[in-house]
Amino acid sequence: MSPYLLAVFLAAVSGLPGLFLRRRGGAVAAGLLGLAAVLGIGAAVRVLAGGGSGQARLPAAPLGTAGLLVLDPVAAWFLLPVLLVSACGALYGLGTWEEGRPGARFLRLAYGGLTAALALLVAAAHPLVFLLGWEGMAIAAFALVMMEDRHPETRRAGWIYLVCTHTGTLCLFAAFALLPAGAGPFAAFPAGFAASGRGTALFLLCLLAFGAKAGVMPLHLWLPPAHAAAPSHVSALMSGVLIKMGILGLVRLLSWVPDPPVWWGGVLMGLGVLSGVLGVAFALGQHDLKRLLAYHSIENIGIILMGLGLGSLGRSLGHPVVAALAFGGALLHVLNHGLFKALLFLAAGSAVHAAGTRDLDRLGGLGRRMPWTSAAFLVGAWAICGLPPLNGFVSEWLIYLGAFRAMAVSRWAWSAGLLAALALIGALALACFAKAFGAVFLGAPRTPAAEGVHEAPRGMLVPMGVLALACGAIGLAPALLVPALDRGVAALMPGPARPSLGGLASLPLLTGLALVLLGVALAFAVWLRPRRRTGDLPTWDCGYGRPTPRMQYTASSFADGPVSGLRWALLPRIHDARPGGLFPSPARYESHVPDPVLDRVADPALRRSARGLALLRVAQGGQLPVYLLYVLLTLLALLVWMVV
Amino acid sequence: MSPDLLIALVMLTNFTLVATSRINKAIQVAVAQGVILGLMPLAMGLGRHVHILAMAAAAIAVKGWFIPFLLRRALRHVKIHREVDPFIGYTASLLLCAAGTGLSLVLAHNLPLKPGATPAFLVPAALATLFTGFLLLVSRRKALTQVVGYLVLENGIYLFALLLVEDMPVLVETGILLDLFVGVFVMGIVINHIRTAFDSTDTRHLAELKD
Repeated sequence: MSPYLLAVFLAAVSGLPGLFLRRRGGAVAAGLLGLAAVLGIGAAVRVLAGGGSGQARLPAAPLGTAGLLVLDPVAAWFLLPVLLVSACGALYGLGTWEEGRPGARFLRLAYGGLTAALALLVAAAHPLVFLLGWEGMAIAAFALVMMEDRHPETRRAGWIYLVCTHTGTLCLFAAFALLPAGAGPFAAFPAGFAASGRGTALFLLCLLAFGAKAGVMPLHLWLPPAHAAAPSHVSALMSGVLIKMGILGLVRLLSWVPDPPVWWGGVLMGLGVLSGVLGVAFALGQHDLKRLLAYHSIENIGIILMGLGLGSLGRSLGHPVVAALAFGGALLHVLNHGLFKALLFLAAGSAVHAAGTRDLDRLGGLGRRMPWTSAAFLVGAWAICGLPPLNGFVSEWLIYLGAFRAMAVSRWAWSAGLLAALALIGALALACFAKAFGAVFLGAPRTPAAEGVHEAPRGMLVPMGVLALACGAIGLAPALLVPALDRGVAALMPGPARPSLGGLASLPLLTGLALVLLGVALAFAVWLRPRRRTGDLPTWDCGYGRPTPRMQYTASSFADGPVSGLRWALLPRIHDARPGGLFPSPARYESHVPDPVLDRVADPALRRSARGLALLRVAQGGQLPVYLLYVLLTLLALLVWMVV
Repeated sequence: MSPDLLIALVMLTNFTLVATSRINKAIQVAVAQGVILGLMPLAMGLGRHVHILAMAAAAIAVKGWFIPFLLRRALRHVKIHREVDPFIGYTASLLLCAAGTGLSLVLAHNLPLKPGATPAFLVPAALATLFTGFLLLVSRRKALTQVVGYLVLENGIYLFALLLVEDMPVLVETGILLDLFVGVFVMGIVINHIRTAFDSTDTRHLAELKD
């Protein structure tokens, strides 16, 4: 346990030395976070290998001293991506937020704080500690999103995030007040509690709080703007790890319930399908590289929720095999998504950093000048599409197996629907990343800025390499993770009868198959390699005089097929001024896919209510004594209320 | 020295504070109140705990020397000596203070507190000091007097914390140290910022900061 506490401490103070150093503060911070990662991951691996869970004592008399932090297998599992992604991001950040750039010191301070809060949160075993980590995470992340607050859209993203996270925390306060254990440490619920009215309220409040943090579809409104506005390594940490804390909350909730009602699983699965399909559909419509990745986070959260929902249903209906496969897939996808999404954000960040724009239609041809970055992006894209032999395939494979098993054991029609949704998500994700990779890294540069890019420095490539290797390792040898995964699943399925994933999923066979596929692909690559040197010639221009690089397929035209097919769901706004007549005037075409919740519901509704709320301005006179009078009156009212 | 005597002195200082218009005198009285409160743990017979003694010594040092030192320096800088034209006049303040003291006696009598060997007037005096501090904060215009009000409020909280000092010493001590820190901090910020930004220490100018 003490290595874990030391890791939290090191992460928390990692930004402090930089405040006093004139140079190399970033390197010190990255070094401390790296040390924290080594210590913390070591502790987590020990727990996951069966070393027993550790408890930490904290010197806080009013709460009692024991059992505030427990590093159990679930905590250890979530700790792995937290520390790995954070250390990689800190190293990467040295390249983009170099010394002397305004805000670099504050960025490191908040980044270390966020890492420490996340690491504390995963092991919290008491409502107060959980809330402490939760709020620390929210505030540090707000500070990080607002790093470039000279842009108005960044400020808007920051405020939207702050409002959403505080609303979620409010729900969380209410939910914790409803826990059957009261204000004591977290404990398993008594049988029958989950089906009671109080249990229902608890579940719904948790769903609101954790769903908003995770970015589940109707509650995801903060996610795309915040991920687009934050510095890239912060987006990597937020998308890879921070939103998983919502999943952690749901996992904890499910692990306390001995008898989850059937509808809990159904609701989770329904929300998962909704976020998964709509998330990837909206990703297809984006022009902004980082917003596109943010919508993919919503999609992947959807896949994780499908796994959790299916597992919960399997438990309620008495099919432990289904439950074990689905929970295993969901947990593995948490780790996998943390790795490949962080990889994608880092690679996208270095492309954006080099070219100075996030607009897909102003990039292009970066692969020739940034071979390593484009290789890293390709690995991430490969993994997120769930293609073998990388890690995304393994976790989706487990969820597929769970759904097939569910269909086999009980002929549930909806599991066919689940399978169809998973397959649809996979196909659309493939289309979306074909678009993103093609538009950014292939073809010819569309602007002079995209033409003048240089490969990222080694300090930025190494973290991407580490993450890509981790993706490959999990994809090629998933069997190594089975014991750890089994321990994680055990927390979600209290009870004696528990099948092991090793026996259910035949993962070594998968490894063999993956190796064979890899060999075949390599052989093809060698066989297809051009024998002669090819010249560098322009594309045939059909006789047209002067083709420019802007005449390539754009990202929007590439994605037009699926986007038009999904027009009923995406509702794109299109401004189309076609050329006409004998002497055509200049023509324009713009398309834009607004967010369904933020731009279509929340924004108009809030604008309207702001007018009514202006009346409350009277209470805010700006006079300090008046504010103090409010405090005094509240205090008096509370005292009188206590006495009477 | 009995605790009741000290408590009576604290109540007296409360009334003096709301009735005075000279800032220098207000500072003197607040300092006296701080020192009296610093002596309270000794009078309550808590002198056998070394850490409580150390805490009391720290409180006396800060409230009796450090804060008045800063306040007098600020006073010399801003060259203001009287609180003219407060939001609530001196007679009205005195009446309100009396009403607050009466109310705190009633409240303290009915509050569900742990019965124990604490002096009978400790809780009412704490509440009365708290109200006095609030009254000063709410009714005065000058930043310096408001800081004095903050100190008095602080003293009330300190007095209340003495109830708990034997049960949870660490919590109380950290609370007190934190309060002292915040007090000095707030004072520095309030006084210096108002002065540099508006060239005066009238807190009414802060209203221009509202959105």
